Amino acid sequence: MKRSYIIGIVLIAAAIGIIISTAGDASSYVSFEDAYVMAKNGDSKSIHVVGELTHDSSGEVTGLYPSPDKLSFRFVMQDEKGKVQEVFYNEPMPADFTRSEKVVVIGSYHDDLFVADKILMKCPSKYQETTVNAEM
Amino acid sequence: MVHEFIGDLGHFCVVVSFISALYAAFCFFKASSIGEISIADSWTKNGRMAFYVHAISVLGIVVSLFFIIYNHYFEYHYAWSHSSRRLPAHYMISCFWEGQEGSFLLWLFWHALLGIIIIATNKFWEAPVMTVFSAVQAFLGSMILGVVIPGLELKIGSSPFILLRDAIAAPIFASQPDFVPQDGTGLNPLLQNYWMVIHPPTLFLGFATTIIPFAYCIAGLWKRKYTEWIRPALPWALFSAAILGIGILMGAYWAYETLNFGGYWNWDPVENAVYVPWLFLVAAIHTMVAYKNSTTALKSAIVLVITSFVLILYSTFLTRSGVLGNASVHSFTDLGLSGQLLIYLIFFTAIAIVLAVVRWKEIPTSKKEADTYSREFWIFIGALSLCLMGFQVLIPTSIPVFNKVIELFGGIGNFAPPANQIEYYSKFQLWFAVVVALLSGVGQFFWWKKIDLKTLKDNLTVPLVLTLIVSSAIILFGDVADPAYIILLLAGVFTVIANGKILIGLFKSSPKLSGGAITHIGIGLMLIGIMFSAGYSKVVSLNNTGMLISKESSAEFNSENLLLFINEPKTMLDYDLKYKGERLEPVNENMFISKNDVAKTAVAHLVTAKTQIFKGDELIFDVNDTIEIAPENTFYEIEYTTKDGETFTLYPRAQVNEAMGGLLASPDIKRGLSSDLYTHVSSVRNPTEEQEWSEMEEFRVGIEENFFVNDYVASVEGLQRLETLDGVDLTSEDVAIRARIKVQGEERDYISEPVFLIKDGLVGRISDEVDDLGLKLTLLNVHPETNNFSIGANTRQKNWVVLKALEKPYINLLWLGTFILVIGFGVAINRRYSEFQKMKNKGLE
Repeated sequence: MKRSYIIGIVLIAAAIGIIISTAGDASSYVSFEDAYVMAKNGDSKSIHVVGELTHDSSGEVTGLYPSPDKLSFRFVMQDEKGKVQEVFYNEPMPADFTRSEKVVVIGSYHDDLFVADKILMKCPSKYQETTVNAEM
Repeated sequence: MVHEFIGDLGHFCVVVSFISALYAAFCFFKASSIGEISIADSWTKNGRMAFYVHAISVLGIVVSLFFIIYNHYFEYHYAWSHSSRRLPAHYMISCFWEGQEGSFLLWLFWHALLGIIIIATNKFWEAPVMTVFSAVQAFLGSMILGVVIPGLELKIGSSPFILLRDAIAAPIFASQPDFVPQDGTGLNPLLQNYWMVIHPPTLFLGFATTIIPFAYCIAGLWKRKYTEWIRPALPWALFSAAILGIGILMGAYWAYETLNFGGYWNWDPVENAVYVPWLFLVAAIHTMVAYKNSTTALKSAIVLVITSFVLILYSTFLTRSGVLGNASVHSFTDLGLSGQLLIYLIFFTAIAIVLAVVRWKEIPTSKKEADTYSREFWIFIGALSLCLMGFQVLIPTSIPVFNKVIELFGGIGNFAPPANQIEYYSKFQLWFAVVVALLSGVGQFFWWKKIDLKTLKDNLTVPLVLTLIVSSAIILFGDVADPAYIILLLAGVFTVIANGKILIGLFKSSPKLSGGAITHIGIGLMLIGIMFSAGYSKVVSLNNTGMLISKESSAEFNSENLLLFINEPKTMLDYDLKYKGERLEPVNENMFISKNDVAKTAVAHLVTAKTQIFKGDELIFDVNDTIEIAPENTFYEIEYTTKDGETFTLYPRAQVNEAMGGLLASPDIKRGLSSDLYTHVSSVRNPTEEQEWSEMEEFRVGIEENFFVNDYVASVEGLQRLETLDGVDLTSEDVAIRARIKVQGEERDYISEPVFLIKDGLVGRISDEVDDLGLKLTLLNVHPETNNFSIGANTRQKNWVVLKALEKPYINLLWLGTFILVIGFGVAINRRYSEFQKMKNKGLE
């Protein structure tokens, strides 16, 4: 067999390997319930859950529990299917966390608590101005 | 008043540049297709003229847009949304790349400049290469065309010259069509940084130059000059890789200095989108070099040059079409150009592939396979490794695209990027880096065509032995324990030593040829620097209390952050630290001033000095001087004391930045030869949020009589009747009295100046805060009969800051390696360009 064929085969095998490993390592967007089932079945892979913070009738964020030393905090979040879940984050509360419209938590269940390794926030952006006021 | 002329002029230039680019493409196409020299020549002349017109109109667009920004014509949407009156002139050019239209413009500008250089330096290649150039320019120009095709309601491009009233349907324009806002909304403060003035143009120059090797390659296929295109393309490919590499690393350095993710590289999709084409371009260069020396690998050179340009188009699509969405923090928002971008991508990809397929059979190949003991074989393997290295990053970066494609066919794409991107990419890229480093060391010892095994062994023995000795020493001293890192270190050291040996040999014989060896030494050093600074980055602000996260869970977490209260010393790993308070930075003065020493005014960016402010011994601001500051920035003074008693101060920053979603932290770095100490705040009192104050405590005191607020000794130093008061219109009937109260803190004295006001018979009180101590003092009443006054005091939680500190060992090797890399590229460009010139002067090209 010619050597170039061998190189070609190795190359294709490596490329396929990369694609398969990507599929294996890729995370996914799931609901809290699916995440819970995954954790129960011993799948401790980190997943993404999209949701919102809970609010009371006057629009104040509810269910926010910073630790006394401010170095970590717990909060209550409702996913897109409506399930409410407590989430722990072992980092100080990000600035403007309470203002975020949408929260993406990346992490997994530890027993009944969802532990986030990373939090992404979508804040209402004043950046894309949609109107102009006379005072400006 | 609405300045319509300048916008119309700019828009006219856009249209001219688009049409002239189309016409130039047509002329150059004609010139390349017609065999008869005299006719072809006149077409070339036409094309050249059209391209000059194009270049001038591109310059016209740039000048018009800059004129609008410079003169604060806020009736234009671009100026309004990207600039403001307070923006210093040197940051005005940064406005060009905050917006998507402006960055297309920058790209057009570089292409126009490069096109002129190509016209000036080429004879034979001018027409076919410029055909590709002009066609690309037409596509790019269409992105900022901003023309609506009537009847179809199809908008082509997004113009930077659109008026605010046309861009935004605000109610004010219905009543006042000529309304012009007083000020713009400003440039993102994150971009007001000198790296952000030079990084984007450099990166875009790198982007722009990738078209040149591609254009030569297409021209070569088209004109059946299958082998000759490599000579002129090679110096440009090297130049492109060098500039793109510098641009990427400038971005990394900016991120290291300005962003708080703790490093210089985050594997963000936008970063990956330039990293992948760069790897392919470097691979392409290697195959081109292999071809020049051994007439092998021509087909791979063609494929790789095309691929790297297609990847540039693909990354443009990724970052600008909005497809990345939530996957990236800094991609542009969608301007409705995704369709156009997709056509741009597909057009050039299709042309290149079709042309290559049609001509494939005609491309000469060497009859014999390269020998296993030849340099070309190992260069080829190296190029393949680089491609796989890029491919591994490309696949996960494209996950949002896969989701879109699945949705297009009616499925549900719920793939998310890997949860921990840094860990995920590092575990693959590390091994690719090892392979590439080893090959770049070994490859240099093979000769072109063939080497016998004995010579090879003799040559490699010394570098191998040296590598083992040096690496063992580094492993011992640097405490490298992880097997993967040891292997990476060995590979890096081997590259440096092996190429060092080659370099010494070349210096004696032919220094012009040393580009490759120098570049590879740079790569080796960079790898060692990355291994140490990323692999052995150490959190020094460890909080070892270990807390339970919930009763059910037994997992223990150590926090990597420290809570510091003001003036309360705390110990972390190798340092004692003390948080000393919030600081402001005056514009034009390279110093920090305490927030307690200034009083706010009605204008956010102006404050007045409450006391004399010194820099060292020099008096900078006297009492009541007005100081201009950047109000969005607060700095936190942290004093470090090492175990040896050495003291230094760092000022990490928090910036109120609405565009980036609120409060943004930037680090401050203590630089050392062997390691950097990197510090940023993780959480601070939100300066835009209301504070919670305790109930007011009242004191009735006389002048210079001590009283105790929150355990601090305070006394009223004097009262002053004010003639004017900022923000209040005082008449002769009104009374305004300001008290000057001294509070003795742990470290220093503070001045608080509350105001008591009677206006129109009504009492008003303006409290004043001692920020450091968390005290708010109010002058409640003045009692002339007993010659004393009532002071009210509220307290809040003391100032605090949550801090994270990291140590980055040997990061300087990364920056040093970068410099050496660039020098190596420079040497190589010089060599390849003089080869091209020699041939051109002989009239061969």
